Amino acid sequence: MTTRRLLVSRGTCCVSAGADRVAEALEAELGKIGLREVPVKRVGCPGFSQIDPVVIVEPEGLLYAGVRPEDAPELARSLTPGGQPVDRLFYRHDGQAVPRFADIPYYRRQERILLKNCGAVNPESIEDYLEVGGYAALRKALTGLTPAEVVEEVKRSGLRGLGGAGFATGRKWESCLRAQGEHKFVICNGDEGDPGAFVDRSLLEGDPHSVIEGMAIAGHAVGARTGYIYVRAEYPLAVRRLRIAIEQARESGFLGDSVLGTGFAFNIHLFQGAGAFVCGESTALTQSIEGYRGMPRPLPRPRTTEAGLHASPTVLNNVKTFAAVRWIINEGAAWFAARGTARSKGTALFSLTGKVANCGLIEVPMGMTLREVVCDIGGGVPGGKPIKAIQTGGPSGGCLPASLLDTPVDFDTLVAIGSMMGSGGMVVMDEDTCMVDIARYFMEFCKKESCGQCSLCRLGTVQMLSTLTAITEGRGTDRDIDLLLELSEAVAGGSICGLGQSAPNPVLSTIRYFREEYEAHIHERTCPARVCKALISYYISPERCVGCGLCSKECPVDAIRGERRQVHVIDQDRCTRCGVCVNACPERFAAVERLPGRAPAGR
Amino acid sequence: MTMVSLTIDGSPVQVPQKTTILEAALANGMYIPHLCHHPDLKPAGICRVCMVEVGGQLLVSCRAAVAPGMQVKTTSPAVDKVRRAAVELLVADHDADCLACAKADSCKLLEVSRYIGIDPGRYEMLRAHRLRKEVDESHPFIRRDYNKCVLCGICVRTCDEVQGVAAIDFAFRGYATRVAAVGDRPLQESVCESCGECVVRCPTGALLPIGFEKPAREVSTVCPYCGTGCGLILGTRGGKIVSARGVPDHTTSQGRLCVKGRFGWSFVNHPERLTTPLVRKDGRLVESSWDEALDLITDRFARYRARQAGVFGSPKTTNEEIYLTSKFARVVMGTNNVAQVAHLCHANTVRGLIPVTGSGAMTVPIWQIKDAACHLVIGCNPTEAHPIVGLEVRQAVRRGTKLIIANPYEIDLCRLPHLRLPLRPGTDVALLMGMAKVILEEGLLDREFIAERTTNFEAYAESLRGFSLEEAAAITGVSAELIREAARLYATTKPALIFWSMGITQHSHGHDNVWALAHLAMMTGNYGKPGAGVAPLRGHNNVQGATDLGITPPWYPGYQFCPGYELFPRYDKFKSSKEKFEKGWGYELPDFPGLSTVKQFHPKAKGWGPQEMWDLERQIKLWYIIGADLVNAVAQSEGVKQALQQAEFVVVQDIFLTDTAREADVVLPAACFAEKDGTFTATDRRVQLVRKAVEPPGEARPDWQIICEIARRLGYRGFDFASPAAVMDEIASLVPAYAGVSHARLQGEELRWPVASAEHPGTPVLHVGEFIRLGKAEFWPLAYTPSPELPDADYPLVMTTGRDLHHFHHVMTRRVEGLNDLCPEDYVELHAQDAAALGIADGDQVKVSSRRASLLTRARVSERPVPGVVFKPIHFGEKPTNALTSAEHIDAVGTTPNTKVCPVRVEKVQATA
Repeated sequence: MTTRRLLVSRGTCCVSAGADRVAEALEAELGKIGLREVPVKRVGCPGFSQIDPVVIVEPEGLLYAGVRPEDAPELARSLTPGGQPVDRLFYRHDGQAVPRFADIPYYRRQERILLKNCGAVNPESIEDYLEVGGYAALRKALTGLTPAEVVEEVKRSGLRGLGGAGFATGRKWESCLRAQGEHKFVICNGDEGDPGAFVDRSLLEGDPHSVIEGMAIAGHAVGARTGYIYVRAEYPLAVRRLRIAIEQARESGFLGDSVLGTGFAFNIHLFQGAGAFVCGESTALTQSIEGYRGMPRPLPRPRTTEAGLHASPTVLNNVKTFAAVRWIINEGAAWFAARGTARSKGTALFSLTGKVANCGLIEVPMGMTLREVVCDIGGGVPGGKPIKAIQTGGPSGGCLPASLLDTPVDFDTLVAIGSMMGSGGMVVMDEDTCMVDIARYFMEFCKKESCGQCSLCRLGTVQMLSTLTAITEGRGTDRDIDLLLELSEAVAGGSICGLGQSAPNPVLSTIRYFREEYEAHIHERTCPARVCKALISYYISPERCVGCGLCSKECPVDAIRGERRQVHVIDQDRCTRCGVCVNACPERFAAVERLPGRAPAGR
Repeated sequence: MTMVSLTIDGSPVQVPQKTTILEAALANGMYIPHLCHHPDLKPAGICRVCMVEVGGQLLVSCRAAVAPGMQVKTTSPAVDKVRRAAVELLVADHDADCLACAKADSCKLLEVSRYIGIDPGRYEMLRAHRLRKEVDESHPFIRRDYNKCVLCGICVRTCDEVQGVAAIDFAFRGYATRVAAVGDRPLQESVCESCGECVVRCPTGALLPIGFEKPAREVSTVCPYCGTGCGLILGTRGGKIVSARGVPDHTTSQGRLCVKGRFGWSFVNHPERLTTPLVRKDGRLVESSWDEALDLITDRFARYRARQAGVFGSPKTTNEEIYLTSKFARVVMGTNNVAQVAHLCHANTVRGLIPVTGSGAMTVPIWQIKDAACHLVIGCNPTEAHPIVGLEVRQAVRRGTKLIIANPYEIDLCRLPHLRLPLRPGTDVALLMGMAKVILEEGLLDREFIAERTTNFEAYAESLRGFSLEEAAAITGVSAELIREAARLYATTKPALIFWSMGITQHSHGHDNVWALAHLAMMTGNYGKPGAGVAPLRGHNNVQGATDLGITPPWYPGYQFCPGYELFPRYDKFKSSKEKFEKGWGYELPDFPGLSTVKQFHPKAKGWGPQEMWDLERQIKLWYIIGADLVNAVAQSEGVKQALQQAEFVVVQDIFLTDTAREADVVLPAACFAEKDGTFTATDRRVQLVRKAVEPPGEARPDWQIICEIARRLGYRGFDFASPAAVMDEIASLVPAYAGVSHARLQGEELRWPVASAEHPGTPVLHVGEFIRLGKAEFWPLAYTPSPELPDADYPLVMTTGRDLHHFHHVMTRRVEGLNDLCPEDYVELHAQDAAALGIADGDQVKVSSRRASLLTRARVSERPVPGVVFKPIHFGEKPTNALTSAEHIDAVGTTPNTKVCPVRVEKVQATA
């Protein structure tokens, strides 16, 4: 039934890859060859960031990857009667062209429910959303279900908060429904701050109406009249599309003082975060909306569902959680609960990055193993290198070793092995990744992003970072691992909020699974992954060096000596281990090697 | 109160419900280490040091409430791990120069460190990573050392919860987090009021007064600035004042002080203090001996008496000294020409209310401000002029008190939720008649109160009949709707309290304003109840005592009338006390009416007394001026200077060589508040002991001793007192309201007059049951009179005057370096709209001209005055505001000049190179 049209992906990733110019070029070309009636539809990112920007040709479902504006004439011509598909632009898997979107292995193993509209509808068009059944769930909830029935349905679905903590959404709503308050609020947490995570951004950019619909249903369920979407100001495209979507929803009667004429009033305000990671924490987020500095409120305190924003009962859920709601209302709790594991229902969304062949946004049923996610969907490490670790959950999560690749991905299992779902970051690491350095990196992030309020988080992260830095710089001491464990325990046990409580996770998990790497740094003064500059050396292989002198010319500190056509030698005292020589050495010689450990001085 | 039983470390304790675990422990003598807890503040729970274990769970004891049967462990392996780490991390990040730290004896970090026991090895290991942060000494009074800050947030919460200012907050993130004012700019560029409350509560050496010296001795006394009467503890060392702090359990100030009270004491030690008498020789004032000066004085004082003499008392001096001034004037100088600066100020209130409610004093204690459900703040700016009263208003409003602000200037209280009536200066009567009209028409009166406790209501109501709300709106510039809303809010929200000050009284129709206000309170039954009534905020520390104790022409001490009182409207029902005082003092007393302040210098001022008194010739040839800088204080000041220059003999007795003293023939060096004993009476009638902390500089003497010495040298009896306490005993014998006041009682008791006898507990709330003096309050008809001098094409703007938070008048605070840093120079503040029309930008040099004079100053452009109005502070003698104002018209009751409505022209002046 779908007519001929072109879909051009326009997420932030796609736009930065030139999607806008591709779309314009396509329109121009189609006009030139008399196919002006073929629409070029701008859609959200379908998630396979690696191959952006993509153009999908409907109804055939052909996918062209990495399209550039200059490909437009050829693409346009392929649509003329008798035109041939552009083979060179098809996605290739193991060297084989995969013309159809649905056949790409990256997508085949996914179950795209929340992401279904991403890459299929124009996020700036409410008509598009309505065409795929948008706002039917809101209509159903408002006209057919009491608030208690909505809450019950969400409870039965088993939906858990997809922001990372995994609190049962239905129970949260029920608590808010029962709470007394003149005003109640629904807040959507779109303050996605984990380095490497972009799930919420993609959803807000690609399918903003599903989030708005979920919030309105939540408003009905708990008795709130006002909603806030807290979105990072660093997501300008998401902000823009949300603005458009909210306005369209209001004009079409899905928001406003009488939603769908039912008398139910629900309005949504957009609130832009100012770039503080900690504002993703619920109580910091509400303070931020109230105009205060975003800082978490210590326990004991009332629940947000009882006294949240402006001390009023508040439901606060993540973007993904709200996006799931319409599916539960439309398809039923049982349909939703059929996916996933016994305690984690539905699907999980990840932004898959790092040393992985297929980077991008994925959605899989809860309970899929890490191996399936990373190897089958992600395609493993490029070049077939072995996987060393998987980091999930961003700075709050942990690094899991390859030996745990068969672990199913769900809320509870990940926590049990020292990591967490978090906001959906999943970073694949290979043998060239130093785990101490990774722990240091995340600690640096937490140190910077600590709100500074509680002493343990503010100062504990500084101390841990200094200790980790000392280790990576070859100044580690025997007691450092114990000190890290001790500080980790105190910071995790004594900090006010999730940021501090989980900040030690990367340290704890790397010590737990990669302790020998710490010990190598400390006792052997070597970095096995050859990352930590102070613990590696560069060495010119006498067998391969031809004495071309390129390395010595490039060396910024004149550390390389050698006569022309003679074997060159690096002065290890002078060498700063910048690595310029590796790149300077012509590939055909590849004489400069990076070795773990410091070479004896003078060599 | 429901009590909860629990155990702490196995010991059973019982505490009231809702107590936190930490409070429960501390109250029962058990220490739980803590840093961010402060009893004055809401719990924060951020230092993580006060963790305890309950049922295997770690709980933050400063936030967690007790529960029945709770078993609290203040220490356990889990607790200790967290607590030790928290303290070690804080200590490692802290300057360990405890020996050099002024806070070491009260440092909370030191306290928790001692509890934990620091392992030097670990401590050294952790210390390695510290970053030095710069000490901030940009504020004149507050030193901020981030190297000692534990980020407990007590300063942040104090500024918000105690002070209601929220000038500071946490800034930056992570390890870079520190407490900062907006934009990390210097404190003084923020809304910070420099009150120093944060410094007081800082648990470490992070916040200290600049140049702090630990005092060797402390003396509890009363603040010498405004009339609030805050308790002040002066610290001394080596005979000098080195510190000041609030009296913690003082019911008025509760330990709080404003920037002047806390940091404004250094004038006492100022090198320009007068230390010897000065006598004019060959036109110059030269140092002399006391004998020489006093010989001269006795000679001249014997020569110019009665109508030829004018005596000025000082509301900065003690009650005892004020009483002696009044007695001296009438007995020794034989004159009722005894005056003071209150005649430029609240005389309209004090004299105006006597025939209305019997008293012009504040009806309730300051601590009851919070009990009022509605505050009407009109013609005053408490935050700047009476900061602790301002705090009480802020706190009350935060707790739900409704706030109505009537002011042509957007005062600081406008930052709170409020209803604002931005009226034109001088139109208060029209505004208040408009409100009264609404109350009358809408039946919002307290009819029972009017019937039982007042008289003459019909005459008042009749005077409102011909006046419409629309007229009120047209005159005031405030919409009828707003006036109606304000009237309804005031009349229906009880108890209501009305605050006013110079904006009401400094008019030639000031007493009408005062009557209108009292009538509002009377018609709504807002008298004689806690939190209800009127709060005329008195300016000087002891101006209440100064009016109480008779340095004013119409009455002897205790509002007991002397000849001339009959010249005041509506005073005909009262009797003279001349005989009583002739008997009490043992001398025949003068029988002619005395002249108030303005009339002494500007005898042709119109408005007071019978028409023939509007055009007098100057009769006064001798002035004895105690503690008053009249050259700056009195309107049309050039005339004052001239009068002093033309006088036969002028004695000025003061602590500095003021602009007035420069015109004197003899200058006598006086002791200041910190150098003598006595009492001050605060604006809420509270009589308090002032205690000597240090010796006067050089040969300076307390005023009471000087006055008595002169009297004795002139051969008068009744001036032999061993001490101020003995003077108070004489006051008690002659002044019924002070009958039960004695220094002995004031050591331990909180007394507000009237104190009828030695057993009487004083009178916190005035007019309970019946109105003092009158029995029933009396309404008087009202009529709106426009101000006598109005803007025209030549002088199109209206100048109104007032105070800045950082200064008092011209003498004391201008000699405190830090206060001058905070408010260094004069300005005239214009509304942006007027400034734009005149081509004036913020900071421009401008010329301000009135019909009397011109002066150059700097423009401040804001949107705070209503358009058409400019504001000029009164603190800068070098830019004498009162050179511009007029003394031509004075009030018929208060004799105050019309200083709040002064038409001026403001012009930009091109800067000369």
